[in-house]
Amino acid sequence: MKVVAPVESHDDHFFWAGAKEGRLLIQRCSSCGTLRHPPAPMCGACLSTDWDAQEASGRGTVYSWILSKHPTREDAEPRVVALIELEEGTRLVSNLVDTEPAAIENDMAVEVCFVEANDGQVVLPQFRPAGAAGGGATR
Amino acid sequence: MSEDLIAERAVISGIGQTEFSKDSGRSTLQLAAEAARAAIADAGLTPADVDGTVTFIQDENDELALMRSLGIPELRYCGRTRGGGGGSCATVQLAAAAVASGAADHVLVYRAFNERSGRRFGQPQGRAMSSMWNQALPFALDTPAKIYSLTWQRYMHRYGLTNADFGRYTVVARQYAATNPAAWFYGRPITLEDHQASRWIVEPILRLLDCCQESDGGVALVVSRADRAGDLAQAPVRIRAAVVSQLVGGDEMFNYYQDDITSFTEAQASAAQIWQRTGLGPSDVDVALLYENFSPIVFLQLEAFGFCGPGEARDFIAEGHLGPGGSLPTNTNGGLLGEGYIHGMNLITEGVRQLRSTAANQVPGAETVLVSAGRSVLLLGQGDPS
Repeated sequence: MKVVAPVESHDDHFFWAGAKEGRLLIQRCSSCGTLRHPPAPMCGACLSTDWDAQEASGRGTVYSWILSKHPTREDAEPRVVALIELEEGTRLVSNLVDTEPAAIENDMAVEVCFVEANDGQVVLPQFRPAGAAGGGATR
Repeated sequence: MSEDLIAERAVISGIGQTEFSKDSGRSTLQLAAEAARAAIADAGLTPADVDGTVTFIQDENDELALMRSLGIPELRYCGRTRGGGGGSCATVQLAAAAVASGAADHVLVYRAFNERSGRRFGQPQGRAMSSMWNQALPFALDTPAKIYSLTWQRYMHRYGLTNADFGRYTVVARQYAATNPAAWFYGRPITLEDHQASRWIVEPILRLLDCCQESDGGVALVVSRADRAGDLAQAPVRIRAAVVSQLVGGDEMFNYYQDDITSFTEAQASAAQIWQRTGLGPSDVDVALLYENFSPIVFLQLEAFGFCGPGEARDFIAEGHLGPGGSLPTNTNGGLLGEGYIHGMNLITEGVRQLRSTAANQVPGAETVLVSAGRSVLLLGQGDPS
């Protein structure tokens, strides 16, 4: 799979490095504990710039979804883009795999999986129906 | 009602535009200059009277290049609004604030691009520009149609809408465009069947006919001191309120991280501001001009401004309120779907025409016009503020 690669910064390098290790990370304020996503340099709740990252369980639900097709390149494979609500409470944009659009329902349970793209240069945390692989999140 | 210096001291004095096309055949600077020349002349001014400018941060026409083409000798105020179309009404707020503060007397507002023959907004972005985009582009969330649709799918789910419901708005927009000679779709109305036969752009939310017209063109306005109205050629249009609302978690097109994404929270907050500032309410609006990059956003704005309740826009539109002779004639120029997409600025010019009684689809007796880009909103009216 070929994807647009992220241009990492100081703020979100941890997210993409975590994905390469098979971990879905959520930024957490070291001062007040507030979770935040997408990554940001300062906690909007307490203004601390100290943060670490919490590993998510990988379980969540589909908040909303679309079928994404490239508008002009007919050969590009469509992807389902979904807004995932993690059980920790943050949301993130990702893809749904191992399912067909007709089988997708809002609020269905999903779990993370990690998929290599761009010849291993990028690893995307994606999601599939919970239990589809017969167990927990695997790479 | 709070004291509002913008409402007391600033008016819209002139409007101008180029044709709206798919291939202008000339530079964006020429489009900006032509629209500006028309707006300045419409106001009864000369370029030497203009001492301020406002445009978008995304506009590629530098102020200094434009003043050279127009022969403006000196600018004392240059402002630019953040963002894309959501900033269209903010241009008037910036211009009016400059006038009300005394920083400038006559501010030229302009927006021009070759958005169809040049860089098309609807095509995928190829490179991430921030950690926000990093959370979208690698997942193939790479066009405005997709980015917005990811919120509207939840709206459809919550209130049980289908794409055909959105089509009922498009039919109305195309009905107005069909009788507006300046509209790209002049003379070309559609039926709901036509809408439903158009191809999917983002399944299951948007079809082709839910999308605005990528356009080449330019639009300009002049915002002037109200106490100079005697110098002007036209009856001034009153700016009863010009507001902006940006809310935390609503990062441009990505409001996925707000608690409730089935309502347009920035438009709700803008609505609260304009009603509070003016003492008016939804029933006072004679014409609504609601920014629509895509048809569903009209539904969310109708609900945000209180023209109907949450989830009720489907029935409100189906009942015919938006069309000619309806209780709330909306996007009477054909909107951005039917007339053209000049980043929302052509809705402001339509508002001015309605108040001057010169619109192609004139609403009889229009005295109060709402122009909404959601994140920035104008309430325009007739008459001298003094």
